[in-house]
Amino acid sequence: MTGALSHMLTPAVVGYAEPWWMAILKSLVIFAIGLQLVPLVLMAERKILGRFQNRYGPNRVGPFGAMTPLADIVKLLTKESFRPRTAIGWLFTLAPILSIIAAVAALAIVPFGNVQDIFGTPVGFYGIDVSIGPLYVFAFGAVAFYGIMLGGWSSGSKYSFLGSMRAAAQLISYEVAQGMALVGVVITAQSMSLTEIVEGQGGMWYVIPQFVGFLIFMIASFAETNRPPFDLVEADGELVGGYMTEYGGGRFALYYFAEYLNVLVVSGLAVTLFLGGWMLPFGIHPPGWVDPFIVIGKMGLFVVFFIWVRATLPRLRYDQLMSFGWKVLLPLATLNALITAIVVVAWY
Amino acid sequence: MTWTPGPDQIEVVGGPSKAGGAGGLYRAFGETLRGLKTTFMQATEGVTTVQYPEEKIPVYPRFRGRHRLHTFEDTGLEKCVGCSLCAAACPSDCIRVVAAENTPENRVSAGERYAAVYEINLSRCIFCGYCEIACPFDAITMGHDYEMSDYNRSDLIFTKEMLLAEPLERTPLRAEGE
Repeated sequence: MTGALSHMLTPAVVGYAEPWWMAILKSLVIFAIGLQLVPLVLMAERKILGRFQNRYGPNRVGPFGAMTPLADIVKLLTKESFRPRTAIGWLFTLAPILSIIAAVAALAIVPFGNVQDIFGTPVGFYGIDVSIGPLYVFAFGAVAFYGIMLGGWSSGSKYSFLGSMRAAAQLISYEVAQGMALVGVVITAQSMSLTEIVEGQGGMWYVIPQFVGFLIFMIASFAETNRPPFDLVEADGELVGGYMTEYGGGRFALYYFAEYLNVLVVSGLAVTLFLGGWMLPFGIHPPGWVDPFIVIGKMGLFVVFFIWVRATLPRLRYDQLMSFGWKVLLPLATLNALITAIVVVAWY
Repeated sequence: MTWTPGPDQIEVVGGPSKAGGAGGLYRAFGETLRGLKTTFMQATEGVTTVQYPEEKIPVYPRFRGRHRLHTFEDTGLEKCVGCSLCAAACPSDCIRVVAAENTPENRVSAGERYAAVYEINLSRCIFCGYCEIACPFDAITMGHDYEMSDYNRSDLIFTKEMLLAEPLERTPLRAEGE
């Protein structure tokens, strides 16, 4: 019974069969670690952004301000959860939950290491290793977009509505370019399983042969995670706060959390697809338990880059955003995929 | 119908070229990198924040802070003779002086009279320093303290005893040549 159930629950597991309790255990561990990383990212963002602007950033709560996220959470969760009278109640409540579920689900696919032997049990250091890796991410990216869209729409406020409309246009446009950028990687690796893509980078990380794809993926990722310079969805200056204008307290915390979790997921994907995942350059082969730390370290590099770009670039105008996505990124990504395909077919 | 700019329209000569395509892409990429470099160099410059309650910017010697009343160093008598010229000079009318006669038994100041009451309402004071200029005996000067927040307006009325007392050295003074 349990065997059949586990087979039903994880139908797409490739590589090896893992017991059902292992899947639950792994999801708990990844959930716990991922959720610990989010406050760190939050803190890093505020601190590093401060340095870029010649100031300290938060440094009052705890040593070096390290307890600030904790204080933030306590503050947000003790606030009243109000909603506007014009809001659609159940959608208003559901939207942030959708948002965070999609973010956490996307985190499951980031591989932190290959299959290791722990006390005689083979354990893959990832939530799931589906044979359709990038598609899974895009599927949950689309669900996350529902979270934003419904949140803005059900708020019953004009600014929220404008924000969610922008989100709709922006996320759809850039998801296309992002997907096309990944096609090059998938063609080169000749697999859509993320662990196999990482294994395929043993000789050379894909950031070198797929540099154009990497750039497009990064730019599209900024747009997908609503980070500056593509933060038109929030655009504090124009839209007050975009889709989350009417949210406060715990629900706002969920949105905020999902946003930073998305940054982590995108960083993890970039590491997996372009920076060789858990591999180190120059032929260094550390023991297997180091792998997750390597992946998290590389993710940290990307997070710092995200913050750096936020400190540097101003927000795009809406028409510039659209023309950049459709007229520059998409043709470039398509060209990249085409050339990669031709090269791969000609060489192999 | 196309819009034709009048003769007062100026053609921008040195503006960015409108050529797009590969050249524009390359230029945008380069400019982005230049922007990233700019912010990075800014980050290496360090922090300019002064963490105020812990760090204080030293004041200049002629800084006009909270007033002080003075006494003679040798005799210990108050310099103020209760002439009320400071109160007359005060544009915001925040000084109140009530004078009384010195007697041989009770000699407070060096002159004929002394200030029995000397109050400055610091919630009204604008720190212009006219009182200091008006004083014929240099009895009142502007000190260096500027931290005078309080919870009560009535607590901001400084009495003679408070103004005469040695101030807590709360404000760093700028060193010579700093």
